[in-house]
Amino acid sequence: MTATQIPSPRSGSTIAPQYRRTGSSRGNFEMLAWLFMRLSGVVLVVLIFGHLFVNLLVGEGIHAIDFGFVAGKWADPFWQFWDLAMLWLAMLHGTNGVRTIINDYAEKDATRFWLKMVLYAAAAVIIILGTLVIFTFNPCPVVDGVQLPGGFCPA
Amino acid sequence: MPTKPAGTLYRGREGMWSWVGHRITGVVIFFFLLVHVLDTSLVRVSPEAYTAVIGAYKNPLMALGETGLVAAIVFHAFNGLRIIAVDFWKKGAKYQRQMLWVVLGLWIVTMVAFAIRHLSLALGGH
Repeated sequence: MTATQIPSPRSGSTIAPQYRRTGSSRGNFEMLAWLFMRLSGVVLVVLIFGHLFVNLLVGEGIHAIDFGFVAGKWADPFWQFWDLAMLWLAMLHGTNGVRTIINDYAEKDATRFWLKMVLYAAAAVIIILGTLVIFTFNPCPVVDGVQLPGGFCPA
Repeated sequence: MPTKPAGTLYRGREGMWSWVGHRITGVVIFFFLLVHVLDTSLVRVSPEAYTAVIGAYKNPLMALGETGLVAAIVFHAFNGLRIIAVDFWKKGAKYQRQMLWVVLGLWIVTMVAFAIRHLSLALGGH
């Protein structure tokens, strides 16, 4: 009876396929996505709680919200940056969350692929649109030389 | 006397249900976020368009909807902090169940305070 040859552990010689932690084409993307969810989550708690408090709980609350309210906030770079950070972090956090859900429940490769393409397209449109709105906002909109009613125009 | 097997359905108790709640609230918040960026973008169309659409958020039925949305956000926020504690705190996994009850307690306190303030403003005379 011949003895079975057992290689010494971690000699890296015989047992195939060899287990590797890294080396896939995805790199450590999934780990970075996991980390991003936690880091952005903490920041979003602060940003969104602050957003809800200032917009809904102070003064007249929701009744105060109109075009002038937005114009007043975005006249201050502090709130522009706040809203920009909230937009980007929330969209990336939410998109990655929905990506995870699609990966969990869509079983066919094609379904998974197309659902994610729709998701990424929607996310890109919303992020670009929101960013443009924050930075191109005009408190005194003028169309064809006529001031639109409700704007805040210098006298 | 041995009892009948309870079937093969996974019953993960608190850990599983908090995960279910986190997923459902996350999806709800994500879809609201898409709509909310679009409605806010109307400030770039015209002051009247924005004020008209935002007016839709000010009726009594929407006040209840907003309270439900904030309830989803606050649960997702507090449970998210619990998940971070489970992942990064040495004893996080051991105390995950107790932390869920803390999350639910804080959630109720926060939501009672929010609902009183928001509903009295939203439904109050204006």
